[in-house]
Amino acid sequence: MVDFNHGNSPADEARDEVGAQFNARLGLVLFAVYLLVYGAYVIVNAFWPALMDKVPFAGLNVAIISGLGLIVGAFVLALIYVRLCRSLRKDRP
Amino acid sequence: MIYEPSPIAVVVFAIFVAITLGLSIYLARQARTTAGYYAAGGQIPWFVNGIAFAGDYLSAASFLGICGMISFYGYDGFLYSIGYLAGWVVALFVIAEPLKRLGRYTFADALDKQFDSRGIKLVGGISALVVSLFYLIPQMVGAGVLIRPLLGLPHSAGVVLVGAVVMTIVATAGMASTTYVQFLKGSLLLIFSAALTVMILHRGLTADAAAELSAPQSVTITADGRKLVNGLPQKKGNKRSELHAVGHISRLPGGVTSTGPLGPIEFLATIRESEIVLWSSKKTTDAGGTTTLYEPRPTPGADILRPGNSPTFKGIKEASTPSKLNFLSLMLALFCGTASLPHILIRYYTVRDAAAARKSTVVGIGAIGSFYVLTLYLGLGAMTSGSVDVSNSNMSAPLLAKGFGALPFALISAVAFTTVLGTVSGLIVAASGAVVHDILGGFLRHSMTDHDKVRIGKIVAIVVGIVAVGLGIVFEQMNVSFLVGWAFSVAASANLPALVMLLFWKGTTRQGIVASVAVGMLASLAWILLSGETFKDVYGLPPESSPVPFSQPGIVTIPLSFLVLVLVSLATRRGPANGSPLRTSATT
Repeated sequence: MVDFNHGNSPADEARDEVGAQFNARLGLVLFAVYLLVYGAYVIVNAFWPALMDKVPFAGLNVAIISGLGLIVGAFVLALIYVRLCRSLRKDRP
Repeated sequence: MIYEPSPIAVVVFAIFVAITLGLSIYLARQARTTAGYYAAGGQIPWFVNGIAFAGDYLSAASFLGICGMISFYGYDGFLYSIGYLAGWVVALFVIAEPLKRLGRYTFADALDKQFDSRGIKLVGGISALVVSLFYLIPQMVGAGVLIRPLLGLPHSAGVVLVGAVVMTIVATAGMASTTYVQFLKGSLLLIFSAALTVMILHRGLTADAAAELSAPQSVTITADGRKLVNGLPQKKGNKRSELHAVGHISRLPGGVTSTGPLGPIEFLATIRESEIVLWSSKKTTDAGGTTTLYEPRPTPGADILRPGNSPTFKGIKEASTPSKLNFLSLMLALFCGTASLPHILIRYYTVRDAAAARKSTVVGIGAIGSFYVLTLYLGLGAMTSGSVDVSNSNMSAPLLAKGFGALPFALISAVAFTTVLGTVSGLIVAASGAVVHDILGGFLRHSMTDHDKVRIGKIVAIVVGIVAVGLGIVFEQMNVSFLVGWAFSVAASANLPALVMLLFWKGTTRQGIVASVAVGMLASLAWILLSGETFKDVYGLPPESSPVPFSQPGIVTIPLSFLVLVLVSLATRRGPANGSPLRTSATT
């Protein structure tokens, strides 16, 4: 389950350097993953737009599948991020 | 088209406005301190804040602009949806947590945390003000668009009405009322868009080959200022002298005339196999006046569900390098722009801590992503059901609802109107905070009590509201989604490089930040003002005479802003005193 509890004061958070660094690194890794996928989507659209017209399954073309995939993918990565992020006060080693 | 007011629409509209104003007056007591007025005291629950993110972000551009663009050109409108949503990844993974820890009321707070520099406060404040004003234009244009079919009033009356309601919301309870108006609007927008999508799928698709559906239409503005429709003076009640709504399927797969109810995947697959009549326009000018001719253009569904149909993106199907660069530039600006919009950034200050900031962003991404998936169905639904006003792409969503009856039309129009209210309120709070907190208090060091900051903030909110009303009237004819693309470019060029480098590069200096924000903002503004689109739509000059090779500045001005920050920081460093990047130095 995603931890959606409250509980840290801003002052606590400001003191938790290790937790902040962990969360920052995690965020950057997930950002890099999404950037690669989004970049590939944009570049294919710009330079090989005919690829977007291929129909891999269910009568849907690559343009629709990849577009919907980017929207759903952003939400899935966001859930992973919140699940793995350290709470800045209590998860410090 | 000539729009008649609907009594039920007027009643629903009045109820929505009354609820919105009642909420603001109820929450006014929470806005007596600076923290209460600009950040709702940092006490908004994360789920409410997440839906309010959606309410803040899903502006007139998203609802009216994207639906309109999809209904006119197909997949190209969906490209905006994807770019807008992708920007939230930057906001969540890179910006949300550190921004919450660094700032209090404004974007410049976070930039200035380490330096206490008047220069940073000034450029940060001006940048927030400029971006907010740029973003306000399409919202106010959207308000005018909505009010015409809803109340039968002219565009300018709609803009003034929205301005008046929003100024009341912001002047009574600032961020608290803005947040709950946005929460209400975000929830309603999702619910009613989902309901409309279910109705579209249940209705299915119908082919109609009637000749009158494909009859060309024309609008002429004569040299003496009269308006002729199809060669006749425009007149209510005479069908020949009115533009009629268009958009229909001329052929369905298998030669059937109706599909019956369809599932979401089946709907898209059927559109792809159909032939749909889109419309193109051509403007000619002679001694008698200016005529715009609208002509039908039967188009294979496969072409509609791939990029490159709209004037904005048609270049990606050609071997034109400037067109491809323009596309890459826009998609880069949309990706980088979300995390740089002042009215979005200040929403991180309304929750209690960084964990709540993260969680509310995830809720926001879920709500916004769901809405953008729905826009695809709303746009295609309008395109195939005679719900397109050839003269105005922003009208497709309300006309689509009108096809299902007076009540859906009234509800969708009222929700869309609340959409404008929510976003405009957030923008005005952001602009007011920039002027009072950053420029007056930070740069000019004007001494103010807590009470003064709230009072002056309310006055500034009213002034910004009046300016927004004027801009909304001047820019009536522009597609709201296109205008928002420009706002994203300015935000991404001016704000994001400074924010990212401050967090991740220890060599960043205050001079570097000031130079980066100033150059990013001025360069992107200059590029936009010199672009072919501005030449054509604002100055009335031939777009070929524009000195810049493509319209969207981001691909040039975002890297330029990064480069300026690095060069100026290297030139102004004084040994290791600048310390470590703020992600860690904020802990000291």
